[in-house]
Amino acid sequence: AYPKRVKVVEVGPRDGLQNEKNVVPTPVKISLINMLSETGLQVIEATSFVSPKWVPQMADHTEVMQGINKLPGISYPVLTPNLKGFQAAVAAGAKEVSIFGAASELFTKKNINCSIEESLERFDEVMKAAREASIPVRGYVSCVLGCPYEGKISAAKVAEVSKKMYSMGCYEISLGDTIGVGTPGSMKEMLTAVMKEVPVGALAVHCHDTYGQALANILVALQMGVSVVDASVAGLGGCPYAQGASGNVATEDLVYMLNGLGIHTGVDLQKLMDTGTFICNALNRKTNSKVSQASCRL
Amino acid sequence: QESQASGLPEYIKIVEVGPRDGLQNEKVIVPTDIKIELINQLSKTGLPAIEVTSFVSSKWVPQMADHKEVMRGIERHPGVQYPVLTPNLQGFHSAITAGATEVSVFGAASESFSKMNINCSIEESIERFEEVTKSARNMNIPVRGYVSCALGCPYEGNIVPDKVAEVSKRLYSMGCYEISLGDTIGVGTPGSMKKMLEAVMKEIPLSALAVHCHDTYGQALANILTAIQMGVAVVDSSVAGLGGCPYAKGATGNVATEDVIYMLNGLGINTGVDLCAVMEAGNFICTALNKKTNSKVAQASFNTGTIN
Repeated sequence: AYPKRVKVVEVGPRDGLQNEKNVVPTPVKISLINMLSETGLQVIEATSFVSPKWVPQMADHTEVMQGINKLPGISYPVLTPNLKGFQAAVAAGAKEVSIFGAASELFTKKNINCSIEESLERFDEVMKAAREASIPVRGYVSCVLGCPYEGKISAAKVAEVSKKMYSMGCYEISLGDTIGVGTPGSMKEMLTAVMKEVPVGALAVHCHDTYGQALANILVALQMGVSVVDASVAGLGGCPYAQGASGNVATEDLVYMLNGLGIHTGVDLQKLMDTGTFICNALNRKTNSKVSQASCRL
Repeated sequence: QESQASGLPEYIKIVEVGPRDGLQNEKVIVPTDIKIELINQLSKTGLPAIEVTSFVSSKWVPQMADHKEVMRGIERHPGVQYPVLTPNLQGFHSAITAGATEVSVFGAASESFSKMNINCSIEESIERFEEVTKSARNMNIPVRGYVSCALGCPYEGNIVPDKVAEVSKRLYSMGCYEISLGDTIGVGTPGSMKKMLEAVMKEIPLSALAVHCHDTYGQALANILTAIQMGVAVVDSSVAGLGGCPYAKGATGNVATEDVIYMLNGLGINTGVDLCAVMEAGNFICTALNKKTNSKVAQASFNTGTIN
């Protein structure tokens, strides 16, 4: 049996654009988010309060946060890698933030130059400040089905990191198949372990389509009771570990599947496709959404 | 062991349709020797069945005009089946003369599609196929039956599952050993796949069913997963995802064999197929066609230099 409703978390403006080569002008980012706000999506990850030295694409985070229309009933979470970022985010009007952990020591070291344990300590400060400000925090766990450096990742490790982040106060844990190597087999194994430590109602899946497995992996997650799925309009965002390969699963393709399963999302597929067309034109690139590709030509 | 515990089949037979369904839907005409080399490379991958060509009039399908030469030119590896399409009795005889030892016939669950595609009704097409299966039975030649538009039709839109079951039953009753249910325009989802299979499974034993999913809307692997969760153990696919969709210009068609195998490997399901060898064959044909692969596994693997 499948969930009756699924919450789609749109990560295109952040995760998507962050992994696109072309730097997108601020007005285009704002238009993108405003268009997404009209599609029925309830959660749109707007930007990342990270140093522009590291992520030039997100340098305009304050302008974006202040420039977008914030529609009632829609959440606009932003990434905050540390306390400084958190404070800047709140000052810019953020009402929800996200923190990023990983199930791989090597990945953590290469990505943010510390151990998993140290990264969680860093987040402790954010959690404390967020709690005081009544700001909900979403936790991401990267590399849940494989790591570009370590290869195989044990399901127990994913469960351990997820449990820690949930205990720290994250209201939701998004489990990310960062390099898209997962299959329905490894997804099932990983979720079985995580669900022993974190209630399924607090779990989300963030699947990359680098090996074409995303929708099949999402299907398995839904079958196991997960009802929150991350996706990126037009499948924005390549994979930084496999040059030229795709990354995020396309929101359009996800919604098409959920519609076919009779699962309610509240999302208008046509408006979503129009938004995808807009951002692809702005980026001068073809969409990664097969639904979009097919529909345009019929 | 892993697959058993989850209720999935232990073994899945992959039917490789690249050389026929794939190439037939590629714009560039492929020289005969390239077709033969492709099939020979595929024969070395462990694939148990490779659809070689189509004995159809070259007027209709120029890409398959060299059917006799291809059939005669390929290496025949023991343990590998080399079925060919035979739309009618004439094509059947021609195929046998050229050395074919298995044939396929193509029905549809949509009257409009049948009319537009082969200019006759479903009933008339069935009568035509009965001539083929009768001759085939006399010569001990196995016949595979395809049902197109099983999850939707480019002309009629929605297709009723009972209609798919009805046509499947006709093909099975006339002697087809296997029925391949085709999502011809790729519009199906796990929801419609389930409903359709439930209807068909009332009429045809599970072991005689195959799914032939197109990835035009990105749903193929999810649909295949649904089918195998219901016990289907035969899956059609096309190396490098060869073959676009004739009904949605520029859109993709067949699901890529590499991506299917990657998923089945991850599920612990045995296919007997060497993924690397398939990727090499895919690389060969894409180079020959001067096109990029449609397989995400191949794209990712070539770009990281590693195979996961």
